[in-house]
Amino acid sequence: MSDIDVIINNKTYPAIARSRQMQAIANLKLSLTSGEFVCLVGPSGCGKTTLLNIIAGLDKDYDGDIRAGQHSTHPKIGYVFQNPRLLPWRTVRENIDLVLDKTPSSAELDSLIETMQLASSQHVYPERLSLGMSRRVAIVRAFAVDPEILLMDEPFVSLDAPTARQARGLLLKLWQQRPHTVLFVTHDLREAIALADRLIFLSASPMRVVSEIIVPIARNERDDECTIEGFRQQLKYDYPEINALL
Amino acid sequence: MIVSKKLLPILSLLTFLSVWQGVAAYLNSNVLPTPETVAIVFWQAIRSGQLAFHLGATLLRLLISFTIAMFIGCAIGIVLGRNKKLDAFFDNWLIIFLNIPALVTIILCYVWFGLVESAAILAVVINKLPNVIVTIREGARALDQDLLDMASCYRFSKSKTLVHVIWPQLHPFIMSATRSGLSLTWKIILVVELLGRSNGIGYQLHLFFQLFDVASILAYTIAFVCVIQLIELIILKPLDRKSLRWRR
Repeated sequence: MSDIDVIINNKTYPAIARSRQMQAIANLKLSLTSGEFVCLVGPSGCGKTTLLNIIAGLDKDYDGDIRAGQHSTHPKIGYVFQNPRLLPWRTVRENIDLVLDKTPSSAELDSLIETMQLASSQHVYPERLSLGMSRRVAIVRAFAVDPEILLMDEPFVSLDAPTARQARGLLLKLWQQRPHTVLFVTHDLREAIALADRLIFLSASPMRVVSEIIVPIARNERDDECTIEGFRQQLKYDYPEINALL
Repeated sequence: MIVSKKLLPILSLLTFLSVWQGVAAYLNSNVLPTPETVAIVFWQAIRSGQLAFHLGATLLRLLISFTIAMFIGCAIGIVLGRNKKLDAFFDNWLIIFLNIPALVTIILCYVWFGLVESAAILAVVINKLPNVIVTIREGARALDQDLLDMASCYRFSKSKTLVHVIWPQLHPFIMSATRSGLSLTWKIILVVELLGRSNGIGYQLHLFFQLFDVASILAYTIAFVCVIQLIELIILKPLDRKSLRWRR
């Protein structure tokens, strides 16, 4: 486990055909403490996914540096993409097994699947799953690699409210069982407050950090909608600059 | 309805045979023998072992040249589909090879390398290869980048990515290349045999042509059509079913 420093001086998408070149990220600095749950909040299209792709090593065309601890420059990553990205020609279980290098400690994986309530659909092909279930499979897959850093890109978007609440609950349960650094992208401030140790507000593109706010609410009080809503109102009052972002 | 669905193909086959029988009886000529005559010749060819021998020779050539063309074609197709620069460079080559008539390749191979088996195989492979490459390249261009990103993020090895991510996406393209390839390849092989081999169906057809033996020509043709249909039924259809079982 290690701290992670992200420095991106410049990330620009080149001009293609008629679209002009676009600077997505400028002078962005992030530090993540190990075991911390951080939510990135910003308007849609501001470059949050670009940032996650850079951290995941999928996008190498940028000016900057990602440092994880002293030794490993490539931390082990679990990535829950915005769409589940399951292989449709492999069953749920095969999709999860595939990301593991070795044959897994089966009991541990079984309990993961159990926690996410997927035990009965392990041997089903993803096309037969609902979107909510596919998202849960993607989350189990990300947890199964036992990541040093878990990237989540609006994993609960387009789920109905009760399903999203249930999925958030399961996510927190898993995270508390196995703490690791989480970088969670959302544009839903309530969701961010319910989940995060720290909120990072990002501006529209070119993206940079607007403000960082620690969430002081104790974990066991976060089920309470009123507490969350109260904190949200207070945030909007204390930090008028974030109003423009939401 | 179910009964008529099963009956219909049989009915159409019987209609075909009776029309053939009618026309042959009416003409009463050597140029169009009756189905019965062809069946007798067919049976004799099987009994004498001639049919099996020549059919076997042709099928062996088909198997070898088809396998080589599919292997090399898939490899080149994937590379060209994934690499824009290489694709731009070799695109012209492909167009040239796609448009060279089969007969020209066959003649040139025999002229350059002699009337040998390897020249025959090479000629078939060269004819078939551009088609495979073009089809597979289409598939490789359309690969889902999201899934490839997922694979690289979870550090799939190259072979794991190929087997679990790329290959299933290419499958429809490979099946289509196989089907069109099979029908194209065996037609080319007949020409190859006709021009420069001393066994195989093409060689036999050449012989029967010189003797004006239409009954034998038809008998050999029917044998070959049956074999290709069997390959479709026994190998390709089950492969299709197996690999598409994940679809809803």
